[in-house]
Amino acid sequence: MDLVTVWFCVIAAFWVGYLFLEGFDFGVGMLLPVLGRGDTERRVMVNTIGPVWDGNEVWLIVAGGAMFAAFPGWYASLFSGAYLPLLVVLLALIGRGVAFEYRGKVDSPRWRRTWDRVIVLGSWIPPLGVGLLLSTTVLGLPLDAEGNRIGSAFEALRWETLLGAVALAGFSLVHGAAFLALKTAGELRDRARGLARGLLPVALLPLFGLLLLVQWQHGALWTAGSLAVAVLAAAVAWWRLAQVREGQAFAALGVLIAAAGVTLFGALYPDVLPSTVDQQNSLTAAGAASGPYTLQVITWVAAFGAPAVLIYQGWTYWVFRKRIGTQHIPQVHVPR
Amino acid sequence: MEVLELARWQFGITTVYHFLMVPLTIGLSVLVAGMQTAWVRTGNQRYLKMTKFWGKLLLVNFAMGVVTGIVQEFQFGMTWSAYSRFVGDVFGAPLAMEGIVAFFVESTFLGLWIFGWDRLPKRVHLACAWAFSLATVASAYFILAANSWMQHPVGVEFVDGRPRMNSIWAVLTNNTALAAIPHTVAGAFSVAAAFLVGIAGWHLWRGRREADEHRAVWRSSLRLGGLVGVVAFVALVVTGDLQGKLMFEQQPMKMASAEALCHTEQPASFSVLAVGDVADADCEDVKTFTVPALLSFLAHNDFSTEVRGIEDLVGEYQARYGTNYPDDPALGELAGKPIDYVPSLPITYWGFRIMIGFGALSAGAGVLALWASTSPDRRSRRRRFAPLARFRGRIPDTKWFPRMVLLGIATPFVANTAGWIFTEMGRQPFVVVPNPTGIDGVWMFTAQAVSTISAGEVWASLISLTAIYAALGIVEIFLIRKYVRGGIEGVMPPPPPDKDPDDTDALAFAY
Repeated sequence: MDLVTVWFCVIAAFWVGYLFLEGFDFGVGMLLPVLGRGDTERRVMVNTIGPVWDGNEVWLIVAGGAMFAAFPGWYASLFSGAYLPLLVVLLALIGRGVAFEYRGKVDSPRWRRTWDRVIVLGSWIPPLGVGLLLSTTVLGLPLDAEGNRIGSAFEALRWETLLGAVALAGFSLVHGAAFLALKTAGELRDRARGLARGLLPVALLPLFGLLLLVQWQHGALWTAGSLAVAVLAAAVAWWRLAQVREGQAFAALGVLIAAAGVTLFGALYPDVLPSTVDQQNSLTAAGAASGPYTLQVITWVAAFGAPAVLIYQGWTYWVFRKRIGTQHIPQVHVPR
Repeated sequence: MEVLELARWQFGITTVYHFLMVPLTIGLSVLVAGMQTAWVRTGNQRYLKMTKFWGKLLLVNFAMGVVTGIVQEFQFGMTWSAYSRFVGDVFGAPLAMEGIVAFFVESTFLGLWIFGWDRLPKRVHLACAWAFSLATVASAYFILAANSWMQHPVGVEFVDGRPRMNSIWAVLTNNTALAAIPHTVAGAFSVAAAFLVGIAGWHLWRGRREADEHRAVWRSSLRLGGLVGVVAFVALVVTGDLQGKLMFEQQPMKMASAEALCHTEQPASFSVLAVGDVADADCEDVKTFTVPALLSFLAHNDFSTEVRGIEDLVGEYQARYGTNYPDDPALGELAGKPIDYVPSLPITYWGFRIMIGFGALSAGAGVLALWASTSPDRRSRRRRFAPLARFRGRIPDTKWFPRMVLLGIATPFVANTAGWIFTEMGRQPFVVVPNPTGIDGVWMFTAQAVSTISAGEVWASLISLTAIYAALGIVEIFLIRKYVRGGIEGVMPPPPPDKDPDDTDALAFAY
């Protein structure tokens, strides 16, 4: 396999890692007003992702940075072509990151309510926007020969890409509920598990709709295989939730998003951003890639760096592996 | 060309804003790791209190630094897509390295540090503090290597109309980068130092009349800040001089603009201040105080070197890089127009002076802080210098003292911002400055770098980003003020009243 293909896979892996890790991050934030009864429960929910959300978010930064390094043409065309959706995602992420850190810094119900709203909004918008961006890169934009978008600022908004937006939001909801069922204790845990079970068959429908659409339009035989794995994983997750095996259900959702990523990126290859006006203008992996020397350099960096990241991020999850209940939440201590 | 102007404003605003948070984060995180090390080694509660107090302010600032940084990672592709395609082969690599090597470490170990106070062994927890603080320095290294490549491209050849990287080693050891990195890091430490001096000085002043149990905490913080501030300034002077000498070789136009040096001089004099418009056609007339031959020294370490002025350089640039922009419709109304090789002189001239002046001011504050906090027993051993002796070892009981030290916090921020505005605006009209000794074809005009997007899109992002940054900036200052006023009591949780058997497992920290 040549380095261009390797890097296509690495970038797909960074995106899948991002969707897996921030999927539940977003889900926790989206469910804050649904599952969190009272401030202490909401604090339990936020603190399930407290030590890890920042590290999870870096997967997005690195997915973007790796695209810049390995496929500058892809990075430039996708992010200038889908300018406004990406802008909205960035604005939401700004508010969200600050909200986690600032929420507990002042002891006033109004202050916390305000930041809770920012968390909820900042958790709904990014999965919608990232879903839209990723389905855009699979389904294409009207590109001219230079890779620039032709047409208005809203070319990325079509019913198929909007389906992609809803698909990722739906997955994040289920994933977040399953994560809360895994990480919390007591009543909150039961409610989260019940919600995850109830949501799963409905909220995953858009994702399967998107996968079927992509499979039908661009798919190969082997992407049909990964699509089947995704369906199977969803069924397993639902079944294990019913058996109160939250860890296995959560792992099955991980398999689901990985299989979905394989289907999407597999159907995309060898393109990285198809042109919807002329096949000739489509950005291919080979055409958008950096030179062989650059790919070699970043391959060495990733070969040593990425395993280290997996090890110490895994260790973080191990350190904070205990379930959190309302009894673990300390009193608010802030300056008067 | 409207998109170009808007995109430049947006990048300027978001970057300047990002760089208000960044130096404080870099400097303060290393100092907090040092404070925690002192606590772990000595067991002295004073250092624990310092770690907790300054650590809390660090976190309030860190959050803003992180979220404003996310925008930067994507902005190249969004508003500067032509630039991204042109330089991606070389510029993307340090960015990806920064993400993999620095950002992951920083974000993961910061989380471990915040939440790990009772979950990790003391030394492991301390190692987390060092991991994230050193990662902030590492990220500065990579991003400055990328930026320095734009100022002085190395390690590439020109193939098929684009630079192709042929040596990552050359990119990472670019002499421009090796000078810029210590200069920037020293600037970051001067920010953290002034922050310590200002806040600790204010607390010492507030508690000057009563027996304040935390006096030792503030005194140690003040002395640490003063010492770091002075050392950082020395480093800034040395590395700044180094950078200046490189700039005379690599970007002569930038240095001529810094001096508003219209005509070539030999030996060249250094202008201290100017009255009137330095962009005037005969700018020599507006300069008031000049130091003869000093500019020659700054350029070349002797007092007789010729320094070329703007007029000469414009001719040379026109001969080498053309007199007019290409007649490319992508350049909009600039297509075919003459190229203006002179950066905005008022900005480069005054940016340079403000940087130096405010940097020196903050170093002066550091010296005063050290002087004012000399320990009383050492006072008797030294001969008194009468006019200043009454300030030594005590905090002046006047109203101007707290105002002065708190205003002093702003000085290195101003110096950092001015320095970056000078560096970045001094390279216009280029986004990738041609290497004068170097590689054919590897340069790019800013006008060619911008995305083909509509002005409406950039207006939307410019307005929304500026508004959200302004709002969050106010919130950050409000919180920092609140935690500064709250002092040590605000960050040290009170001892648990009675141990509840069910409650032994409460988290040491929760959002």
